[in-house]
Amino acid sequence: MLVLITGISSQIGRLVAAQLVAQGHQILGVDRRPWPSAPAGVEMFEVDIRKRRAEDIFRTRQPDAVIHLATVTHLAVNPQERYRINLGGTRAIFDHCHTYGVRQAIFVGRHTFYGADADLPLFCSESEPPIAMATFQELADMVAADLFAGSALWRYPEIDTAVLRFCYALGPSQTGTLASYLRGPRVPTAMGFDPLYQFMHEEDVSRAICLALDEKLRGVFNVAGPQPIPLSLLIRATGRQRLAIPEPLLGPMLGRFGLPYLPPGAINHVKYSVVVDDSAFRQRTGFTHEFDEIETMNAFRQADRAGD
Amino acid sequence: MKWKFPMDEEVFDRVQRLEIPFNAYGLDSFGTSTEYLGHFFSALAWFYRHYFDVSTFGIENVPARGRAMVVGNHSGGLPVDGAMVLASLLLEMDPPRLGQGMVEKFANRWPFVSQIFARVGQLTGLPEHAEHLLQADRLLMVFPEGARGTGKLYRDKYKLVRFGTGFVRLALQTNTPIVPFAFIGGEEAIPTIFHLESAARLIGVPYIPVAPYLLPIPRPVRCQIFYGEPLLFEGNGNESDDIIEGYVAEVQESIRGLIEQGRAWRRSEFSRGRIHA
Repeated sequence: MLVLITGISSQIGRLVAAQLVAQGHQILGVDRRPWPSAPAGVEMFEVDIRKRRAEDIFRTRQPDAVIHLATVTHLAVNPQERYRINLGGTRAIFDHCHTYGVRQAIFVGRHTFYGADADLPLFCSESEPPIAMATFQELADMVAADLFAGSALWRYPEIDTAVLRFCYALGPSQTGTLASYLRGPRVPTAMGFDPLYQFMHEEDVSRAICLALDEKLRGVFNVAGPQPIPLSLLIRATGRQRLAIPEPLLGPMLGRFGLPYLPPGAINHVKYSVVVDDSAFRQRTGFTHEFDEIETMNAFRQADRAGD
Repeated sequence: MKWKFPMDEEVFDRVQRLEIPFNAYGLDSFGTSTEYLGHFFSALAWFYRHYFDVSTFGIENVPARGRAMVVGNHSGGLPVDGAMVLASLLLEMDPPRLGQGMVEKFANRWPFVSQIFARVGQLTGLPEHAEHLLQADRLLMVFPEGARGTGKLYRDKYKLVRFGTGFVRLALQTNTPIVPFAFIGGEEAIPTIFHLESAARLIGVPYIPVAPYLLPIPRPVRCQIFYGEPLLFEGNGNESDDIIEGYVAEVQESIRGLIEQGRAWRRSEFSRGRIHA
């Protein structure tokens, strides 16, 4: 099968590509960033997904399936650019899929879609509405992109569209939203709050995406790995020190004193749990995670030592 | 953990014997921690044995395993009843069980309070949480009177206020037995004569109770818990309101009977001079 992967130069993109090549698929890789060490079987195109040249790839190569990973979070870029990439890019990809007869599309979204708040239940099912928009403006474009991708299910019913809402990825690459938060030796938290964090090993993320492709999955699914654990334990078990800051001081201190920056809306995410129910995905695909929470944290922590 | 109540050995042993899947760190998937449970129940055990000197009757009515709901009257300005019911389930049952209550929503917005409740298995009172817990074959503690129950004044003591109906629908949907109970003594432990309403609104709680001696601290009054026979209703939870309300009335009636039984027991003990207040 000929599979086009956007955002292939990301850690997850590389893992997915390598796995699909090993399974005998041909890969077209699209990313603005290069991937110099791309394995044989991956043809790289250093283009922007919103540009004409990206559409040319669809027209001339006619991929069978598309895995859309080219979305960015608040940590990466300024708001206008983020909107253009997340919404404009997602729209372009689905339009091209429709125009050029792609049979299967996978949108890789995030479990932060649901937002974090005191009244939100643990183990959100896919039918839970996103409250993130109100509490976390910086996440609004990801929420919109997720819903827009889901709308392909009725707009372009001929495409098997899967929207996968992944919990945080963690692993030896030390990339991603959660890894950025845990980057430093001291991790700021809100004093008196200890939410549950749900994360999975990056290789399990990649396996879940490949499984969704195999199973021609259709619909919207939460994807998670091992059981969630309290943030304080996550910090301790990854060899960091927890810096519990009273909430009124937390906002002003972020981004200073060597602490990571978080946008104001993200403070809810260090106070309240976002935990999803992934039973539908497991049932449909037979997915089981290979790495439990302890192995995943160890994999992340060992990469520290390798880096030193 | 900063708030360390000295660990009671029997409690520690009972927490270890809970039939709940804990991971290597002693955490279940809802974030319940054996370490927190040990300290929390050590504190509750002291209140259960010494401060309120609780006597529990009919504990054999609570199923040893599998999903179940214990449902009872709510009383007193502070949820002393909830704490003591949790203690009775852990201390009097064999194997011990963890009762899981549904906490008022404001608690989850409070620093420390939210963290402690979450680690001792007491989740925010959301229907989704109740359903997840029952599906995981846990033991749910339900006060269908909610804050209306704890918020009643002393002059209305042991009168049941309106019951919510959600718990019966949930029991039908999940095929869960309902074990009724009566908690006696809560009204006397912390008699509420009036409420501070505007102050309560200011800090976002349902009410602030005021006792005759002003401080909302429960007095050391002997308390009793009476568990009744389990009620299992047949249905799927989509029945019309009339039918559901019939079931709710049945539960209410059963609790009322247990309250009567409890108050009679209390009067006879009182007249024999075994208890005071």
